[in-house]
Amino acid sequence: MEKWRISRHIVKRSSTSLFKSLLSTNFEKSINTSGSTYKSGRNCNPYVEHYFQCQKRHFQTCCHPLRDYTGNLHASKATNLEHICRIQYKSFGSVATQIQRNPSFSTLNSDDVDHFKKILGEKNVIQDEDRLLTANVDWMGKYKGSSKLLLQPRSTEEVSQILKYCNTRCLAVVPQGGNTGLVGGSVPVFDEVIINVGSMNHIISFDEVSGILVCEAGCILENLDSFLVNHGFMMPLDLGAKGSCQIGGNVSTNAGGLHFVRYGSLHGNVLGLEAVLANGTVLDMLGTLRKDNTGYDLKQLFIGSEGSLGIATKVSILTSPKPSSKNLAFLACKDYLSCQKLLQEAKRKLGEILSAFEFLDSQSMELVLTHLEGVRNPLPPSIYEFYVLIETRGTDESYDKEKLEAFLLRSMEGGLIADGVVAQDINQASSFWRIREGLSEALVKAGAVYKYDLSLPIEKMYSIVEEMRLRLGQSEKVLGYGHLGDGNLHLNISRPNYDDSVLAKIEPFVYEWTSKHRGSISAEHGLGLMKANEIHYSKSPQTVQVMASIKKLLDPNGILNPYKVLPHNILYPEA
Amino acid sequence: MKIMVAVKRVVDYAVKIRVKPDKSGVETSNVKMSMNPFCEIALEEALRIKEAGLASEVIAVSMGPNQCLDTLRTGLAMGADRAIHVDAPPTLYPLSVAKLLKALVDVEKPGLLILGKQAIDDDCNQTGQMVAGLLNWPQGTFASKVVLDKEKQVATVEREVDGGLETLCLDLPAVITTDLRLNQPRYATLPNIMKAKSKVIKKVTPQELNVEIKSDLEVVQVTEPPKRKAGVLVSSVDELIDKLRNEAHVI
Repeated sequence: MEKWRISRHIVKRSSTSLFKSLLSTNFEKSINTSGSTYKSGRNCNPYVEHYFQCQKRHFQTCCHPLRDYTGNLHASKATNLEHICRIQYKSFGSVATQIQRNPSFSTLNSDDVDHFKKILGEKNVIQDEDRLLTANVDWMGKYKGSSKLLLQPRSTEEVSQILKYCNTRCLAVVPQGGNTGLVGGSVPVFDEVIINVGSMNHIISFDEVSGILVCEAGCILENLDSFLVNHGFMMPLDLGAKGSCQIGGNVSTNAGGLHFVRYGSLHGNVLGLEAVLANGTVLDMLGTLRKDNTGYDLKQLFIGSEGSLGIATKVSILTSPKPSSKNLAFLACKDYLSCQKLLQEAKRKLGEILSAFEFLDSQSMELVLTHLEGVRNPLPPSIYEFYVLIETRGTDESYDKEKLEAFLLRSMEGGLIADGVVAQDINQASSFWRIREGLSEALVKAGAVYKYDLSLPIEKMYSIVEEMRLRLGQSEKVLGYGHLGDGNLHLNISRPNYDDSVLAKIEPFVYEWTSKHRGSISAEHGLGLMKANEIHYSKSPQTVQVMASIKKLLDPNGILNPYKVLPHNILYPEA
Repeated sequence: MKIMVAVKRVVDYAVKIRVKPDKSGVETSNVKMSMNPFCEIALEEALRIKEAGLASEVIAVSMGPNQCLDTLRTGLAMGADRAIHVDAPPTLYPLSVAKLLKALVDVEKPGLLILGKQAIDDDCNQTGQMVAGLLNWPQGTFASKVVLDKEKQVATVEREVDGGLETLCLDLPAVITTDLRLNQPRYATLPNIMKAKSKVIKKVTPQELNVEIKSDLEVVQVTEPPKRKAGVLVSSVDELIDKLRNEAHVI
């Protein structure tokens, strides 16, 4: 009874302010119609945006009691509030199922905060609203959590102490690095404590002979690359997010990137890892040896585990000598078949100097030209159906350039290439790369985006894009681009705002299609929150069960990055 | 009317340069080299004038050792009709370049000589002006807009100067040096790269042009500027005054 009165009081306190803004908009109209058709999305309603900014505290406090006590509140105001609280979810993401906060996790209290302050010092325990807001929202603005606490440890010892405490208190945590993930894996779902390793950004050692770099998990990828350039080396991975993403996050998500076709996966390039388990145990697997066949290679479990098995604190990675000559060609092809044949020819004729093979379609090109500044079409005036970026890296500039040009001219005579340009200096090369790397950014600027990252057999790769276009109709913008060299398509549907009816047409069709063609529903982005329940499209039930057992073994209380990666019905069978 | 464009092979603009340990110059081995950005703009302008029908031929010229041929090939791939390579030692100072250009102009007799305003490796900004003096031709430097009038044989050049924009009218033949905002150079397309393979690059030597290359300048030392020191947070006004007086010596 007491609880009911308190929650009613909270409702009353916030209800007047809630309704002032609501009553004056057509927001209410959309709520009052049946639950499933309320408008959702970042840009759908300026009042909603503004409202969220200034009322978020009320939202967060009123949501939880309502979730538990909706049965007791009779006023019609309550049901509206319930809908609003659900909107807090729907507006910010296309989470397929309604997730409930796991009741076995404790709620943060002031004793916890004091304890963290003792471990980390006042400065690194952050409860400031503004900083929490940025840490709570993912890069795309699609997933928003409601964490009240952000911790910034500066050493492995501090991470270990934090996790030990959280494990005994059963407080859920989210490991966070650069927060550039695209599947909602780096932000809290509810009020998990955010552990951001960004302050652990020291380079520990670098061996110039072997090229092995040992650094802390919070080092930003671009900074590592700049450091290595001075020694004549380079990182084996490169992605559009390199200015913000951290190596710990890259390793935890087994990031792919633009040079995957040449340097391979992080599973091969990471030689050692230091990780902290959920109970605070520090696992020192930080070897710097190329070959070490002693026992099970545990670090492979952590690579790609998306922070659900442990928090990476130090990484030892094999870097390659930086090739002195880089050449880049931006080409146009008439159809997808030419792109495929071009890939075959490039792998054969360019062989060892091929370092990147990317493609994008005409819709992607148009989007980038419209939404990104300072970008111009390298092949005016027409927009071709497909564009391909081929990069070669080698040690002899004139030899590589001749080889590339000979290959390109022959392909052009053979009809594989309709037109193309070759970059003559570094600035031109950067502007070509900007077109491909800036696609994610342009999509975010264009509004809402439904993003899918699929691994498919190369012949079938573009068929899904065409089928999606047929399925969604002319009014929807469906874009296909990606790492053609690795068989990895980034399928994106760009709209002004999120719309559940469109989402229903996309999912689960796209996953079923991928599964039918024996592809992967997540080639490199990972499962995170977005695809936590879809793993069965690409993995058998037995393998998923073993994964769940491993998770239970390493994290019995399930505090590390909960609700993500593995399906909820397997992780929380009682719920 | 022929247009001659002088292009220079320099360290690529985007490269972080380093000074050689013996302080004799900048590290250029194993470093990406490309066409000077202002020379690219000059070549682009010449190509545009030709495409407008106001010129018949664009000739690209470069001076130095054999590596210059890469730069000339880029020029041909952009659309120049032919190229001339003056085989000369790698360090040429502006006066020598100007003398060589004069000799070439006397042979080729172009109506317009376009150059970049300066090279990004030495930042001299002298060659255009010197060659105009040697040829006794009018010059329009730091051009941000060029309009040619064929009948009147006049070029109207808008120059970027400190106070704003100055418009000059030059009688042809003239020398123009280009500034950044003149145009955006085109990329080298594959069809043009293909055509460039059959274009002619003529090689000449300074002896054939009757030019003696000697320099009155000698580079004694090249050093890096002092590294920026980190800022210091002071804890009180007294400490600030103390530092200003005793360390920085400004009060």
